[in-house]
Amino acid sequence: MNQKMKKIITVEELDFFYEDFQALTGINMEVESNRVTALIGPSGCGKSTFLRLLNRMNDLIPGTRVQGKVLLDDIDLYDPQVDPVDVRRRVGMVFQKPNPFPKSIYNNVAYGPRLHGKLDRGRLDRIVEESIRAAALWDEVKDILHQSALGLSGGQQQRLCIARAIAMQPEILLMDEPTSALDPIATARIEELIKELKKNYTVIIVTHNMQQAARVSDQTAFFYMGRLVEMGPTEEIFTRPKKDQTEQYITGRFG
Amino acid sequence: MSSAYRAETVDSEGLASAAGASAPAEVPRPSLTGGKSREREVMIRAIFTVVGFSSVIIMALIVLFLFREGVGLFATVSLSDFLFGQFWYPTYDPADFGILPLIMGSVAVTFISSAIAVPLGLGAALYLAEVASSKVREVVKPAVELLASLPSVVLGFVGMVLIAPLMQQLLDIPTGLNVLNASLMLALMAIPTITSIAEDALHSVPNDLKEASLALGATRWETLTRVQIPGAISGMGTGVILGMSRAMGETMVVLMVAGGAAMIPGSIFDSARPLPATIAAEMGETPVGSEHYFALFAIGIVLFFITLAFNLVAAYISRRFQQRGAATL
Repeated sequence: MNQKMKKIITVEELDFFYEDFQALTGINMEVESNRVTALIGPSGCGKSTFLRLLNRMNDLIPGTRVQGKVLLDDIDLYDPQVDPVDVRRRVGMVFQKPNPFPKSIYNNVAYGPRLHGKLDRGRLDRIVEESIRAAALWDEVKDILHQSALGLSGGQQQRLCIARAIAMQPEILLMDEPTSALDPIATARIEELIKELKKNYTVIIVTHNMQQAARVSDQTAFFYMGRLVEMGPTEEIFTRPKKDQTEQYITGRFG
Repeated sequence: MSSAYRAETVDSEGLASAAGASAPAEVPRPSLTGGKSREREVMIRAIFTVVGFSSVIIMALIVLFLFREGVGLFATVSLSDFLFGQFWYPTYDPADFGILPLIMGSVAVTFISSAIAVPLGLGAALYLAEVASSKVREVVKPAVELLASLPSVVLGFVGMVLIAPLMQQLLDIPTGLNVLNASLMLALMAIPTITSIAEDALHSVPNDLKEASLALGATRWETLTRVQIPGAISGMGTGVILGMSRAMGETMVVLMVAGGAAMIPGSIFDSARPLPATIAAEMGETPVGSEHYFALFAIGIVLFFITLAFNLVAAYISRRFQQRGAATL
């Protein structure tokens, strides 16, 4: 029981700037291990920016600045001694639009493990199979592993991207609106998968779709105007929000 | 037949008046049969067809002319004596029309200039695409492309007046007008072509893929070598080949700087007389219809096939890698 409530990420007084524009202000958050945490809020509220801070993807944008701390196992990800490359090996990411490499299905999944160094064929085969199975894609692609990933449907491509991220065996999986480019059936499959994934991973998902947040997440955080307005168990946020803004947003009065 | 047409006209008017009640009146309704847009469509199509085919036809006529003037040589000189003959003495009696020294001159300057231009051109492309800040890129990329617009005679001038004496003094060699000097100038011409095409290719690799790679914990270098370069390889290859073909076909620079000695160059400090320089230098003083005149046209045919081959290779690279790239890169 105690194990289940373990905190994996602690965010302390986090501010984020694009040039002079302050996109995030004073964020404090604790993310529990092996849970699904949903980040919701209207467009431009900073939820995607926040997500990308958790694996230092915002480093790639020139002119950005971070203040505050993001602790992963008590180590600040923004400590000057921390290498963002190592951060990203422990915190995986799935993007809004499926973005498989123009390589074979196999080579997509093997991409990450190969970065670690030479692996023998048998071990690599095993990692690839396990990752694709974990992404609930194995039965559909097991006979076409060496064909181009670009021949898959959008939903399959997105599950392949999840498999590719899982192959790195990250502790945390960040998902930035992973179903917004997919049809309802593909979306349903990804949502099933997310619930399955939390057995082994901590999932943080940004979503525009409040039903989706309600369906898949254990914790929900509501962002508005660059601030974390409210965070709590998903059921409470959707039935008894403490803040007026949260209630107005989830009942569809703005956003 | 005519009654059917009339029925249609009536129908369309009926629809128009019925809709007229609610729709704004300003937009005139086209009648379904009497429109002029069809005729205009046909005319525009005809104009574009003529324009499109005219360049093809002109090209075909030039090639035809080239061949008609060139093949006359082979009545008196065999093809193998022409291509593999060691001596180019077109004004001797009897004359020798062996162009091997000229071909070797062209090959030498093309490959040495490529050896200089390919690493520099691709390196500049990688720098611009990946390392340079956007401010630097905004200055450097147009500057590199401006280099391409330098008239080749200006580069020839630089090579002749600036580089040649310098080389002669520094290296203590008989002449500064040699293979190396010509290669340097040709490299300057090829670099912008290579850089510009390769940079465009690198730039067109979707940012999504770069992010995907970095998010998997790849370093920038790993991302560059495993995702971006494979994604851009066809464009980079095309740039290299087009750069080389530019060096092969370039006339003015080699005419001014290569030294003009029609012999197979033994070192980079020997003078050479590449194919285009030979045509340019000798065409003016050759009687029309003479053997020498035919020989110069035959050289033109050889050049035509060489640059054609370069372009075919470029087309092949850009297609093959694009298709296979999807599956196997």
